[in-house]
Amino acid sequence: MKASGKKIRLHDMSLRDGMHSVAHQFTIGQMQSLAKALDDARVPLIEVTHGDGLGGSSVNYGFGRHSSEEYLRAVIPELKFAKVSALLLPGIGTVEDLKIARDCGVTTIRVATHCTEADVAEQHISSAARMGLDTVGFLMMSHMLDVEGILGQAELMVSYGANCIYVTDSAGYMLPDEVSQKIGLLYKSLPSEIEIGFHGHHNLAMGVANSLAAVEAGATRIDGSVAGFGAGAGNTPLEVFAAVCDRMGIETGVSLDKIMDAAEDVALPIMEHPTRISRDALILGYAGVYSSFLLHAKRVEAKYGVPSRDILVELGKRKTVGGQEDMIEDVALEILRNQA
Amino acid sequence: MKIACALIGSGNIGTDLMYKLERSKILDPVWMVGIDPQSDGLSRARDHGMKTTHEGVDALLPHIEEDGIKIVFDATSAHVHHENSRKLVEKGVTVIDLTPAAIGPYCVPPVNLEEHLGQREENVNMVTCGGQATIPIVYAISRIQGLEYGEIVATISSRSAGPGTRKNIDEFTQTTARAIESVGGAKQGKAIIILNPAEPPLIMRDTVHCITVAVPDEEAIRESVAQMEIKVQQYVPGFRIKEGPVFDGNRVSVFLEVKGRGDYLPEYAGNLDIMTAAATHTAEKFALQLFQDDETATRPEGNV
Repeated sequence: MKASGKKIRLHDMSLRDGMHSVAHQFTIGQMQSLAKALDDARVPLIEVTHGDGLGGSSVNYGFGRHSSEEYLRAVIPELKFAKVSALLLPGIGTVEDLKIARDCGVTTIRVATHCTEADVAEQHISSAARMGLDTVGFLMMSHMLDVEGILGQAELMVSYGANCIYVTDSAGYMLPDEVSQKIGLLYKSLPSEIEIGFHGHHNLAMGVANSLAAVEAGATRIDGSVAGFGAGAGNTPLEVFAAVCDRMGIETGVSLDKIMDAAEDVALPIMEHPTRISRDALILGYAGVYSSFLLHAKRVEAKYGVPSRDILVELGKRKTVGGQEDMIEDVALEILRNQA
Repeated sequence: MKIACALIGSGNIGTDLMYKLERSKILDPVWMVGIDPQSDGLSRARDHGMKTTHEGVDALLPHIEEDGIKIVFDATSAHVHHENSRKLVEKGVTVIDLTPAAIGPYCVPPVNLEEHLGQREENVNMVTCGGQATIPIVYAISRIQGLEYGEIVATISSRSAGPGTRKNIDEFTQTTARAIESVGGAKQGKAIIILNPAEPPLIMRDTVHCITVAVPDEEAIRESVAQMEIKVQQYVPGFRIKEGPVFDGNRVSVFLEVKGRGDYLPEYAGNLDIMTAAATHTAEKFALQLFQDDETATRPEGNV
């Protein structure tokens, strides 16, 4: 499919996925200033919650500096154009949390499950759809399931009421061919009113290439973060992708100058460490491990002296899925004991 | 002489429970009730000589008296449990609720089963599989010193999570969190559940994270947690502490594994076992009370 002339919607992740890279410690002021810069650049949709979604604040994932509700109430009134989405992982957040987010003014709910477990999202997707929200089914770690399997899970989410389905490359593992196949089959098989989206991580530097492959295969929503602010080596760098879209004649409605400024002048200064493809981030992408594990593995390395790379490789071997952050310390202790 | 029981729900939990009850010296599983004539659980129950119906709880009600059913286990789902319980309680049976509906008081045997004895409760709730695996450990820490916060992460194999569990995922997290507070003794509770589809399936694992009010007394907590491990192993032999307690400031973390007995599903499904074993253990204690009541009632005067 020819990409030029297509209209797509960019969805910024820096205030949600970016929370992982600051251990969920954004101040209200930082959130507001970045959100305003994105709004000013006409990014149409911005995600705001704890990195692990509504209800994510915990020992396991890290306590947020503020609750998701506090962030949402502080950010939404500041925006002139952009709408705000919230992420919800069933098993972590609940329909109660979803109602609170709606009451804060969230218009899009993204219900995320591991790519094989769509049926745990029935309560949440159907509730969001009944509330009249833009309801997205978000299939995490999509590299762990074959093409037909992804379609089957997407169809389940559509049957519960989702109006948009995401192929989510949580590990930054996928290469463009795989993205084309998975998005292509969804585009061909799902009802035409169902939108398709792609969420990339840049662990193998494939964020932009994969997102482009997704657009060419039929996706109309693309996730990314300014300055790549996100877990692992970050999300698809949104200002870079916006520039590529501009060159290719893909319409995003985003101001290229202003999104570059948001990345350089607002996002970059609040990063605690530069989002780059570090050795550990590369391992995530190479071994297919959930990107959010990165900083937790670093902390466990500091506490026990077990190299984070060894921990991440072991987590890959054990086929861990998103949310299993508690395995990181467990595996480190096991490695330590086996060395003794 | 055994106490006759009925099981509502012919899914993973109900069927596993059948095997546990068959092993009991004082409980006799007489009925299994389902809603799907094709259910594997119902067909196994018939093979094991139980009476079965696929027409739901209403089809059981007329038989409660004639078959002397005293205890009914409900392993359906939170949504239908309310109605099931109402009908059963009217018939005078004790209901043991294995759904997260939590109409009745929570029962986590090594923590508070003793408190339930003698209360003649109509309905007790077994919390959730994750709750049964972790709340004893939360309690083992809170009985040493105050807990600001208790959090559990339960990871189970996708294969061991039936449709009831999947539809009830919010009820799981909410019920478990409340029981961490009211039974476990933490001021604030939080529960997380993760399904993992890895093959071969992973054995149920649970993590307990607690935050103590004061600096943790490491030695006393280690000792208390070790004692609790032994107490849970008495009815769930595959329960073990894998790592910990780990101390990090006021955080105390314990990493657990629950291997099942492999009755209905293979041993990875420790989440079924810990629930069904806890329910069986509870029902046995209730049954012993019923025997005692009978003895008291029929005891001839003067013969003490």
